[in-house]
Amino acid sequence: MFAPAPYLLKDASVSKVMTQVCLALLPGIALYAWLLGPAILIQLLIASVTALAAEALMLKLMDKPLGLFLGDGSALVTAWLIALTFPPLAPWWLLVVGTAFAVIIAKHLYGGLGQNPFNPAMVAFAVCIVSFPALMSQWPALGLHLSFGEQLQVVFGLAPRIDALSGATPLDTLKTGLKLGENVDVAQLLANQEIYGQFAGRGWELITGAYLLGGLWLCWRGIITWHVPTAFIVGMGSLAAALWLYNPAQFASPLFHLFSGGAMLGAFFIATDPVSGCTTPRGKLIFGAGAGLLAYLIRVFGGYPDGIAFAVLLMNLCAPVIDLLTQPAIFGMKDKS
Amino acid sequence: MLLNLFKFNGGVKPPTNKTQSVGLPIAQAPLPSKLVVPLHQSIGGTPKPVVEAGERVLKGQLIGEADGWISSAVHAPTSGTVVEVGMQMQPHPSGLDALCVVIEPDGRDEWIAREALDYRSLPPEQVREHLQRAGVVGLGGAVFPTHGKLTASKTVPMQELVINGAECEPFITCDDLLMRERAEDVVRGIGIFRDLLQPQKVLIGIEDNKPEAIAAMQTAVAAVGEDFAVIAVPTRYPAGGAKQLIRVLTGKEVPASKRSTDLGVQCFNVATAYTAWRAIAHGEPVISRLVTVTGNVATPRNYEVLIGTPMDEVLALASPQADTDGIVMGGPMMGFLVPDTKVPVVKATNCLIAHSPKLFPAKAPEMPCIRCGSCAQACPHELQPFEMYWHARSKNFGKTQEFHIFDCIECGCCSFVCPSRIPLVQYFRFAKSEIWAREREKKAADTAKDRFEFKQFREEREKAEKAEKLAKAAAAQAAKKAAEAAAAAAAEAGGAESGTSAPPSTVDSEIDPKKAAIAAAMARAKAQREAAQPKNTEALTAEQQKEVAEIEARRQAGQPATAASEPPASGA
Repeated sequence: MFAPAPYLLKDASVSKVMTQVCLALLPGIALYAWLLGPAILIQLLIASVTALAAEALMLKLMDKPLGLFLGDGSALVTAWLIALTFPPLAPWWLLVVGTAFAVIIAKHLYGGLGQNPFNPAMVAFAVCIVSFPALMSQWPALGLHLSFGEQLQVVFGLAPRIDALSGATPLDTLKTGLKLGENVDVAQLLANQEIYGQFAGRGWELITGAYLLGGLWLCWRGIITWHVPTAFIVGMGSLAAALWLYNPAQFASPLFHLFSGGAMLGAFFIATDPVSGCTTPRGKLIFGAGAGLLAYLIRVFGGYPDGIAFAVLLMNLCAPVIDLLTQPAIFGMKDKS
Repeated sequence: MLLNLFKFNGGVKPPTNKTQSVGLPIAQAPLPSKLVVPLHQSIGGTPKPVVEAGERVLKGQLIGEADGWISSAVHAPTSGTVVEVGMQMQPHPSGLDALCVVIEPDGRDEWIAREALDYRSLPPEQVREHLQRAGVVGLGGAVFPTHGKLTASKTVPMQELVINGAECEPFITCDDLLMRERAEDVVRGIGIFRDLLQPQKVLIGIEDNKPEAIAAMQTAVAAVGEDFAVIAVPTRYPAGGAKQLIRVLTGKEVPASKRSTDLGVQCFNVATAYTAWRAIAHGEPVISRLVTVTGNVATPRNYEVLIGTPMDEVLALASPQADTDGIVMGGPMMGFLVPDTKVPVVKATNCLIAHSPKLFPAKAPEMPCIRCGSCAQACPHELQPFEMYWHARSKNFGKTQEFHIFDCIECGCCSFVCPSRIPLVQYFRFAKSEIWAREREKKAADTAKDRFEFKQFREEREKAEKAEKLAKAAAAQAAKKAAEAAAAAAAEAGGAESGTSAPPSTVDSEIDPKKAAIAAAMARAKAQREAAQPKNTEALTAEQQKEVAEIEARRQAGQPATAASEPPASGA
């Protein structure tokens, strides 16, 4: 019998980590379903089933223990993040394509759990927004009230995709408004359109607020550290604040930016992915700040409705180098440079 | 005494499991049927056996003599007969055999003549030697020979002497009980260390989950009349690691590359201080130690156990439960399952835990690392364990060293917190031993290379010397011949034209063309030899060229070529 020390172990496992990440998403999901319709639940289900099926297939092909890895929960986290970042009334196959791509290509072809250099959910988002830009930009228009049945029909292609579906997020609406409109400013747009809610888009500000709460809970549980979310918020917020102060007519307030689109989801759930992110404390700060800054630049000056996915993927590229350059001084070696 | 405590980063809080074994006082374990005393029980050399099979030994008699400075003596734990000096299985995870003295006790427990030593009247050097002869080693688990740690740095003043009573490992309570019951001897032992090292202050650190031990030590310090500070430190594993306790009490961080004395601090375990006092004041060498017997047993307790007692006999005293399937030596964080329950208790054995699948459930299967960084947060040495793991796994050992693998103290905090259940410490041990093995191989190869190169150099030097000798002899011969020829020519010329001495050259050819031709040929040959002699003068530094020129000049001057017989500087 050979078993090395330690014989006492903390009650921890990969599946417990992943379960807590999923739990932290629940408040946001609940508000999402309540405010924007229950279709999101269907999308979560589609993504989850696809992720688990793709995971099982790849594990079998790679000859890895099925039970051990299928239960680790990592595929579910990927699936949920995909469902939450895709438009809620996207056709079912878009979710399937995105999720399958994430699990098969972005995760398993790189070696599976713990080996992927890029965040699989963000790879899925990037692939789909590049391949299906129209579908990925269609958000339910404001005031569109569809029953659960009608939403299902839309998702599964049984009902025509009416114009009312091709709305945009508050973030996108604001950007388009600023681009198209002559002599319009942010205050005017925000005042005129109901979509913007109190400060960041009706409904959205509540949902992103719930993500923030879930993220803080993860920090408190020690699943993530404060570095990435804080740096992300500071990075995005400071650039937004600078431009907003410079020209409030052209640039929305930092509060608007932080509470719209995928900012909070990105700060607490996406940029914090340990596998594809940085691991050293200083590295995490750089990673978070870089992701926040890039996300702002892409969503404000770029051609996409939001910039989280590309910002995180770009920072994923830099993560190994950042880690290498930010190795902390060890015990007893702090005096030396 | 008010003291500002420092913090160390990382660390974990496993369930302590200490209360089970502190309910009963220390008990003396009975004499076993057989004692197997390994000779190698400390860091450093293996003591040489000084007894033979069949010899009768007394309790405390030297049976293994230290074979160097970092080596410590071994003694007979009781009186009896040496039945064998041979290879026996060791309490080591490898299950390897090593040289042991096997003693059959005679039951009389007859001591050698014991003498108290007035150590204050002796030079420190002799006190250190006495401790070495008494087999005093670090009993906290590392078993480093204590006398080797009792010399202060020549350049750095000794500021703090840290005494380790923290005992941070779960389950273990032997230091706790020692301090509760024998605090005064511990304090007096600390006094010896203080006298040898002359520190500015003495700090005794005890984890705050041992209030009885803290109180007993405070009382003893007052009773002995010392000014040692007894300090409660926060309970957090591994606060009892020497480097962590030094950090907590002094704020100093000792890296792997330095000795603690270089920072003006030294650290000893309380049990070590106790045995030092017994050795000095009572003439008792280290032949027994306190062992916590706990885990899956009915009556956990601390026993005074003779070194060499088979572990199963010790465990039996505490009535192990029926489902016990092994013995862990040491604590659950850094200990190991012994390869056989019959292996002997040694000086490093602070605790025996009866292992059962219920007490220590089998670990969940290892998963891939998800780089969550929990290990880095738990590491008390602020390393990046997951990076070291990554490189150790791919056998990229150079990289593991870049991530400071040799600063790892193998405390097990990283393995404890890892959600992927990776036995990280195992990977680090593997990497360390591979690096050591490679360094040994490289050293052996370098030695062989040096030997070969020196042989080559020597052969070339001998060849050169021989050639030079020949050349010199030839030159002398030629000169002699030339002189003879000249003399002969002069004599002949003198005979013909008396009173005049014509230049010989003008007449040589006429007088003896044959002789002259030979001399000329020899001179030519010499010149050729000299010209053809390899000088290796290409690609030399200016300095070397100058040296060559000097040697050449000396040789030209006809002086004995002493320089050539010395090895060149580059060959050293």
